[in-house]
Amino acid sequence: MEKYPGKPLSSKEMEEVTHEKWDPAVKYAWSCGEAMSRFLNELKKGKLVGRKCHKCRRVIFPPKMFCETCFRPTDEWVYLPDTGTVMTYSVSYLDMDANRIEEPILVGVIAIDGASENMGIMHYFEEMKPEDLTFGLKVKAVWKPEKERTGAVTDIKYFKPLEGSK
Amino acid sequence: MTIFSRRLKETGKEMCFEAVRAALDEAGLELKDIDTVVCGTAPDAFDGIHMKGENLLDGCGGSKKTYMRVFTGGGTGVLAPIAGWWHVASGVSDVCLVVCEEKMSSCFPHPQSAFGHIWDPILDRPLRPNLVWIFAMEMNRYMHVHNISKEDIALVSVKNKKNALDHPSAQLAANITVDDVLNSEVMAWPVQRLDISPPSDGAAALILVAEDKVSSITDNPVWVEGVGWCIDSTMWTNRDLYFPQYVAKAAKMAYRMAGIHNPFKEIDVAEPYDPFDYKELHHMEGLLLCKKGEAARLTREGVTERDGDLPTCPSGGLLGVGNPIAATMGIKAGEIYWQLAGKAGKRQVPDARTGVCQAWGDLMQYGSVMVMRS
Amino acid sequence: MTFVDRIERPEDFRHWVGDMEAQYVYTSGIAGDKFFTELKKGKILATKCAKCGKVFLPPRMYCEDCFCELTEWIEVPNKGIVETFTVVHVDRDENPLETPEVRAFIRMEGTDGGFVHKLNIPPESVEIGIPVKAVFKKEKEREGRITDIQYFVK
Repeated sequence: MEKYPGKPLSSKEMEEVTHEKWDPAVKYAWSCGEAMSRFLNELKKGKLVGRKCHKCRRVIFPPKMFCETCFRPTDEWVYLPDTGTVMTYSVSYLDMDANRIEEPILVGVIAIDGASENMGIMHYFEEMKPEDLTFGLKVKAVWKPEKERTGAVTDIKYFKPLEGSK
Repeated sequence: MTIFSRRLKETGKEMCFEAVRAALDEAGLELKDIDTVVCGTAPDAFDGIHMKGENLLDGCGGSKKTYMRVFTGGGTGVLAPIAGWWHVASGVSDVCLVVCEEKMSSCFPHPQSAFGHIWDPILDRPLRPNLVWIFAMEMNRYMHVHNISKEDIALVSVKNKKNALDHPSAQLAANITVDDVLNSEVMAWPVQRLDISPPSDGAAALILVAEDKVSSITDNPVWVEGVGWCIDSTMWTNRDLYFPQYVAKAAKMAYRMAGIHNPFKEIDVAEPYDPFDYKELHHMEGLLLCKKGEAARLTREGVTERDGDLPTCPSGGLLGVGNPIAATMGIKAGEIYWQLAGKAGKRQVPDARTGVCQAWGDLMQYGSVMVMRS
Repeated sequence: MTFVDRIERPEDFRHWVGDMEAQYVYTSGIAGDKFFTELKKGKILATKCAKCGKVFLPPRMYCEDCFCELTEWIEVPNKGIVETFTVVHVDRDENPLETPEVRAFIRMEGTDGGFVHKLNIPPESVEIGIPVKAVFKKEKEREGRITDIQYFVK
C-alpha cells in the first residue's frame, strides 16, 4: 500500500518537540434578549413561560420573540406547567471534559406539557435508576429553594418521575 | 491526503502543503496552473488560531490568488468541494483547488473543550454537557422509533474498520467483532467506545476543472453532476431527531440536478458521513437510499459490503480512517472520485459509475451532498 | 416589523457571563521544530528554494510560490536592519508602561524574511535602516522558543 505523508506523535512526544502553550482567557457577557430575559426571570419565580404565535398557533418553548416558520413576531406569553414527557435520553459516563465518572449522569430532552409538539429542553433526571428512564416517561421538575434561585436553567435541579406514572 | 492521526507533528499549514502537493502531483499540475483556492476548515477553536483560513493560506497554495474559506462544522468535507464547484460552474475559475485541514490535537484538555461554545450559553452550557450526550440522544431516539438493536448498528463499525485496513491514511483500521463493540466502554448510553470515531489531525485536497479545459489535463475525468446543501435550526430540542430532514432536502436537491429518480438502483457506491456507526444508517435513510428504518436490515444482509448491491463507506469511513472534521473530504468526496476513476486499489468497487458522498455538521443540523459520475 | 411588546422595564434585561474553556498546545511543525531546536543553541537557520532562490526566515517546509518542498537549510549571520518599528506606550490591557518600549520588524541579512521582536534601544535613537543584532538569553535559560532571543541591539 502506498505511503501518505504525515509524522504522528505520541502524547509524550508532543511535550518533547518544540511548542508553544496558550490560554486564551477570553470572557463573554452575552445579551439574553427579551425572550430569554423573561424566561430566566420566570425561572427565578419557579415558573416556565413560553411564547405563542397567533398565526400558526404554536406555543414555542423555550420562548422566542419571533416565529421562525411564519417569520413574524410572536404575540403573547403563555405560562406552562413544569411537567413533561421524555423525548430522548442518555446515560452518560463522561463529564464535560470527557473524563470518566463512576456514577452516571442521566440526561435527556423533555417535551414540556402545554407547549406545541417537540418543544423540549435538555435537563438532568434523578430520583430514578438508569433502567427506569424510558421514552414517553412523564416527569416533573424539582426546583431549588426560592432563595437559592438566580434565574438560570439550573434553578431546576432535575426532573423526576411524575407521581403515579411509570 | 495526509495520514490521519491523533496528533501530527506538522503545523496546519504544513499538512495543507503535503495534501496539496500530493494532489498536484497526481494531476500532473503545478501551483501556477491553479487560479482559485477554496479552503475548508471547521471551527477555529480546534486549531486554536483565530481566522484559520487566513493563517493556512500559504500552505494551501492560495497566496495572491482568488481564495475563500468555508465552514459548516462536520459538513465542510462535502461543502468545500461544493464551494469549489460554485467557482467553476459560475465561470469565475477554470482550475480550482479545494483543500481541507483540521488540527484537533492543539486543543486541551481534549478537543471536546472546543465544542464547549457550540452550546447555547443560557439553555445548555450551565448543565455542563458533553457532545457525546447529544449524539447518544439522537442514536437512542433513532433506535427507539424503528426498534433497531445495538447488534445491527455495531455491524457498521465492524464493516468500516475492516474496510479501512485497505486505506493508507487509516488511524483505526482493525478486524473487530460485534461482541467487541458491545463489550467496549460505555461512554454515554447507548454510545460505546467502538461506536465512535476519534479526534484526528489531517488534510486532504482535490482539484476541480472546467469542462472546456479538462481534456488538456486528463482523459479520465469524474464529473460533479449534482450538489445540495441544507441546514436545520440549532434548537435541536425542538426537533424529532429520528430522521435527518435536512440531509433528505440536500439529497433531493443533488439528485434533481443529477437526474436521479431511484437512488438505490442508480447509485453504485455511497460514502455517507459516519462519525458514529448509527450515523451511517441514519444518513443512508436521509440520502433516500432506502426507506426509513430499513438501513439496518440492508447492513445485516451484506448489501452495504464492498461486493454488495450498494457498497457503503468502502473507504472505511470516519470510523476506520479517522475524523479530522473538514479533512474527511479525502474519504468522502475523495473516495468517490478514486472509486469512479478506478484508482481505489484494494478498496475498488467493481463497475462504479455513479457515486454519492455526504457530510453532516454542527449541532446535528447540516447536510451537504454531492453526486458524481464517471 | 418589530416586536409587539413595548419595553417598559429595562432593568429586567439580563446578560449571561461565560468564558472559553479550552487551552492550546501548538507544535512548531516539521520546519519549525528544526528552527527552534537550533535557535536554542544560538543559531539562526533559514530554508532556501532551489527554484526561485527565495530564502525563508522563519524557515518554511515549502516555497509559497513554487510550492516545492524545501530541503536546503542555511545558517543566517546575526545581522539585520530595522525595516519598520513602533514605540509602545501601553500594555495589552491598555495600562501605561513604566518606560516606552520599541518593537520592530528586523530584516535579517541574506534572507527574504526576518523577526518581529523587541529593540533594546532608546526610542529617540531608533531609525528605519539602522543595523542591529540579536542578543540571546543565557544558554541554560533558553527553551526553544522565539523568546530565546531576548532582544535586538545596535
